Amino acid sequence: MRKCSLSNLSAVFDKISENLALYIPVDTNGGAKFEKYESGMVMSEALNTVRSAKDFFFPQIEDVAAFKVEGKNIEVVDTRVIKDDFVIFGARACDVKAFEVLDNVFLSDPVDSYYANRREHGIIFALSCSKPVETCFCNAFGIDCTEPKGDVSMWKTESEMYFKANSEKGEKILALVADLLTDGEEKVVESEKAKTKEVLKKLPLSNLSPDKFGGGKTKEYFDDPAWKSLSESCLGCGTCTFVCPTCQCYDVKDFNTGHGVVRFRCWDSCMYSDFTKMAHGNPRLTQLERFRQRFMHKLVYYPENNNGLFMCVGCGRCLAKCPISMNIVKVMKTLGGKN
Amino acid sequence: MQKISRETLIEKAKELLQNGTVSSVLGWKAGEFSYDVTPATFNSVEELEKDFVYNDFCGANFSKYLVKATIKAEGKILVFLKPCDTYSFNQLLTEHRFNREKVYVVGIPCEGMVDVEAIRKAAGEGIVSVECTNDGLVVDTLYNGKVKLAEQDVLLERCKVCKSKKHVAYDELLGDEGEVIESKRFDEVERLEKMTPDERFAFWQRELSRCIRCNACRDICPACTCEQCVFNNPKSGVENKAAANSFEEKMFHIIRAFHVVGRCTDCGECSRVCPQNIPLHLLNRKFIKDIDNFYGEYQAGAEVGSRAPLVNYTTDDIEASDAVRKGDGENA
Ligand code: SF4
Ligand code: SF4
Ligand code: SF4
Ligand code: SF4
Repeated sequence: MRKCSLSNLSAVFDKISENLALYIPVDTNGGAKFEKYESGMVMSEALNTVRSAKDFFFPQIEDVAAFKVEGKNIEVVDTRVIKDDFVIFGARACDVKAFEVLDNVFLSDPVDSYYANRREHGIIFALSCSKPVETCFCNAFGIDCTEPKGDVSMWKTESEMYFKANSEKGEKILALVADLLTDGEEKVVESEKAKTKEVLKKLPLSNLSPDKFGGGKTKEYFDDPAWKSLSESCLGCGTCTFVCPTCQCYDVKDFNTGHGVVRFRCWDSCMYSDFTKMAHGNPRLTQLERFRQRFMHKLVYYPENNNGLFMCVGCGRCLAKCPISMNIVKVMKTLGGKN
Repeated sequence: MQKISRETLIEKAKELLQNGTVSSVLGWKAGEFSYDVTPATFNSVEELEKDFVYNDFCGANFSKYLVKATIKAEGKILVFLKPCDTYSFNQLLTEHRFNREKVYVVGIPCEGMVDVEAIRKAAGEGIVSVECTNDGLVVDTLYNGKVKLAEQDVLLERCKVCKSKKHVAYDELLGDEGEVIESKRFDEVERLEKMTPDERFAFWQRELSRCIRCNACRDICPACTCEQCVFNNPKSGVENKAAANSFEEKMFHIIRAFHVVGRCTDCGECSRVCPQNIPLHLLNRKFIKDIDNFYGEYQAGAEVGSRAPLVNYTTDDIEASDAVRKGDGENA
């Protein structure tokens, strides 16, 4: 365990960013957001960023190829821009767990080489939560927010930041800043964790459980009459899918540049009427079906195909951001009975 | 705190359901926390008594819901409208978006709705409960204990600068009728007008760069009721699910703002729902201010059937060159 005083954190940032790109959460008018570190930037105190950390590996828009056309020749250009390692500093346990959810999709055969490329270059400094809020329920999915995974785990006290490397990549970065760190005592971290655990018990969603969901439950829930009232006010806006760290659907499109074509992919949302549009249209004709898809995917289909892992990490973003305040917790409680 | 209680509204809804005037009720449904209220249809007295709420978090404007609800519902729908909601209601009627015969409007007074984000800022994160009392809000928090807040400090932006406590449409009114208010809603616009073009460009660039194109602003907007938006239509040539660059980022918002000119009632829903806190109302308000300034005061939705100045040619309309000069902040 290593540590530095919070007042020395900017020196750590400066040192890391001399060597590779460093992203830290900073405050903006619209809440916290990961930004590329430049000297003088101050790390946000916010519990979470508005957009999740999935953007690093699965950005909202990404060029996948360009086609240069000259006469009858077509040249295919690789448009990958990420070639160097970068550090994500301060992702929380829920967002880090979400990477595992995304990995199962993008890294299983056939591997998505764009995602894999970004993932290989990303080094994650994960920060333990000390002040979880009422919308948090990572607990329900077995995530310990005081023990975040990642290449380096971090804990913050009133005056210090503690670091523990979990991987070689993590060790390497800590070695870069070795001069700025001193040995830290395990027991300080332990008492910090204990404090957070006390708060966790008091959270309003602390008893939420996904036990009634999981693989094999399609028949049980698919035709539940409750979908009607749950989905009736849904705007189909897609906010929930875009702020969600585990939503992973995308669309692939071609952009005519006038002298060639750029093929890009961008986030898509199952909540949209033009999602998975085929020759005959969207297979899900009503908002009820689209709404149901989002939650069935998270609570039933995904776990069915991924050894019981749920496609929600309880980050609470959709609870805070849905314009009509409809969300996965309300769905779980309504369908699964008040648990 | 709202002057009218949940019980009064339930009483009214009960009466109208039981005497057969309406067959369903559009209202706000209680959520997990004190603040996460959801629009919902109530079909029976039992449903109303169980989940219906009316409190300081009932910002949602139901007017747009009527477009779909009136098609689906067999009988008449009871809808509770706050003063600002009634402007959207009229505007939608002007655009023939739903059948007035299928709606029974009960106008309800509003003391201003509260913004939970503002509460978070003022009281700290971790809201256990919010109690609305006659002298302000008592917020129980995880980390700061009980915090007292003045309601005025945590109102939604649109409520801070409320333009009218008067209902412009209703079948029946509960509580006292209010007045159109001389509001300060253009102050921020004036601040933007005073900027140099470069500063203003930088301002919007910064704000709009946060946009994630979730479309919540469009989908909540009562003026956006196209069956298929150009931005979703593959045949339109401008369809895009995500902005490819900062040009496209701005294009979406500028086109949307232009499309709602003269129809935007300044209901404030777009800014209320934006997950990125983008002050979208400022774009629309600039247009409203310019219209007032060029063509004389015009409030969309104030009455049914009025023609917005931009779709109503008259020979003494302002010349384009004068509009550019005046619009630049020369408010003479
Ligand atoms: S659930 Fe909420 S955020 Fe998601 S699409 Fe529906 S209205 Fe939008
Ligand atoms: S569904 Fe909601 S709570 Fe779950 S991971 Fe997505 S945004 Fe977070
Ligand atoms: S609601 Fe906000 S983030 Fe979403 S599209 Fe509108 S401006 Fe962009
Ligand atoms: S643009 Fe915004 S303020 Fe204007 S009508 Fe639409 S939602 Fe309301």
